[in-house]
Amino acid sequence: MKSGTYIKRPNRALQIYACVFLFVLYLPVLFIPLFSFNDSIYVRFPMQGLTTRWYVDLWSRDTVWAALGNSVTVGIWVSVISTGLGVVAARAITRYRIPGQSAILTFALLPLIVPGIIFGVALLVLLSRLGIPLSLYTVGLGHLIICLPFAIATLLPRFEGFERSLDEASADLGENGWWTFWRVTFPMVAPGILASLLLTFTISFDEFIMTFFLSGTDTTLPIYIWSQLRFPQQFPVVLAMSSVILALSFVMVFVALWIGRMGVAREYADDPQ
Amino acid sequence: MKSPDAFISIRDVGKSYGTFRAIESVSLDIAHGEFFSLLGASGSGKTTLLRMLAGFEGVTSGEIFIDGAPMSDVPPHKRPVNMVFQNYAIFPHLNVAQNVGYGLRRLKLPRARQNEMVDEMLDLVQLGGYGARRAHELSGGQRQRIALARALILKPKVLLLDEPLGALDKQLREQMQVELRRLQRAIGITFVFVTHDQEEALTLSDRIAVMDGGAILQVDSPAALYERPRTRDVAGFIGNMNFLDARVKGMAHGYASLEVDGLGALNLPAEGKQLVEGARVCVAIRPEKLVLHDSLPGGPEKAVQGMIELVTYLGERSHYHVRLPGCAAPLAISFQNSRIKPAHPAQEGRTVWITWTPDALILLERAQK
Repeated sequence: MKSGTYIKRPNRALQIYACVFLFVLYLPVLFIPLFSFNDSIYVRFPMQGLTTRWYVDLWSRDTVWAALGNSVTVGIWVSVISTGLGVVAARAITRYRIPGQSAILTFALLPLIVPGIIFGVALLVLLSRLGIPLSLYTVGLGHLIICLPFAIATLLPRFEGFERSLDEASADLGENGWWTFWRVTFPMVAPGILASLLLTFTISFDEFIMTFFLSGTDTTLPIYIWSQLRFPQQFPVVLAMSSVILALSFVMVFVALWIGRMGVAREYADDPQ
Repeated sequence: MKSPDAFISIRDVGKSYGTFRAIESVSLDIAHGEFFSLLGASGSGKTTLLRMLAGFEGVTSGEIFIDGAPMSDVPPHKRPVNMVFQNYAIFPHLNVAQNVGYGLRRLKLPRARQNEMVDEMLDLVQLGGYGARRAHELSGGQRQRIALARALILKPKVLLLDEPLGALDKQLREQMQVELRRLQRAIGITFVFVTHDQEEALTLSDRIAVMDGGAILQVDSPAALYERPRTRDVAGFIGNMNFLDARVKGMAHGYASLEVDGLGALNLPAEGKQLVEGARVCVAIRPEKLVLHDSLPGGPEKAVQGMIELVTYLGERSHYHVRLPGCAAPLAISFQNSRIKPAHPAQEGRTVWITWTPDALILLERAQK
């Protein structure tokens, strides 16, 4: 094993595997932006020449923009509410000794595992029993159920790393609970809050199954895309739109991860050891 | 027992966590401007008592008065005390000046005045010009000074310190001890200092309360605690101590006539202790109060013979373990090396004579165990 650290010695086979894995993972996705520039309504090689007309077409469709607007509106509300509830939950879980704490936590995180279709059907049945008409509000409610555990899971580590003596120091220096939250807790968990906002927004934006069950006449973007797939001539526009969403999603996820990492790095740097 | 100049008055305070009694009924008066230490091993209740003064722990029974006002219903952020935390609890998202000025928000002072106060405090703890540094750029000693400055800027009536020097290395700790003492004299407020380090408590304090098992064993000045411990537990906790079993042979004129293992017949002041003939007691003596001689000294004082069992050279002084006939444990004797020839292993096995000054012996009742 020549020079270098034992634990860091290179493994050629694993490196190749990693490259193949990433290539296979993203190859299908790459076809979407590729064919969105194809000057033909059929997705097949060889490509018929480059065009941006699908993007221009996309630009002029009001239904697309209405669906996008719905998605963004629901996404913002869902991300803000689920992150807010997540902050409260994470603080309670890390701060207090609650009887049956692990059971409650498991219960709160359960929607991560339970298939969305089950929640979707259950909510649909419940709402129709209660006579509540389907709308963007019911869609938001469904998204909230899915997003809340993600918010809690994102925020918990930030709150767990939070030293209780900092709260005590703030109280000792004359600040009540409210000011302590704004001057100490909030700035320290802010990276987690931002990461949670971005993550839950993305999840809400992507969500299909729950939305499919719970949406009324106003649809979100994923539902709109799905409805357009029945018409072959619409397909290139859908590809163009997907490419745009793909690009935006990538940016958002990277920003979320970067912010989360920055917070962790700062925490390590603060540790004198 | 409540003295008129008591600034902090702890009256029959107890603390229970469920069935566990962390603090038995404790009463304590601390004077204004006093450097008062709570000394004890971990689990002795010293930190709990300090946290009760700060308001972080509720009081199960009794009452704490600070400057005459009862504290039971006063939340931590309204108490006239500030605290230096064991891990300093420096806000990591704020720089040094923001940390020190944290408590000033509520005073609604002009920005310029706040900055002025922060600079004054930083100068006081000898960190002038460090205001813009981030918390993680500071060494342990500097963090400790920031914690001090942050607590003192609000001009508290009492400063609480929870083992503030525990995390520092020996040299820095000694330096900070001197500095703490200087600070306390300079600002003249009451310091309540929690430590498990008896040397630190002796060095710094005006008075010390020795705690064990949630109770206070003795409250006294460092010298009184060291020279005249009242119980065996206190004697054993502060410094090194030899304990010799003894039997009471009689009492006369305030003196107890004793038969002490290894030392023979002795008379010691009973100091008000009611001892009956035949009672088993204990005699304590500090290692540095015993004197070693090569041959039987000619003076009038009593001398006993023993054999050196072990010699340890410690630089400034040497430690001897001397076996006395009729004694279960060897007697520990400490000698300044400047007074004698340095210790040498060849001395082991030699026969020596031991003398002591009469006031070196402390008569203690045996612990009721």
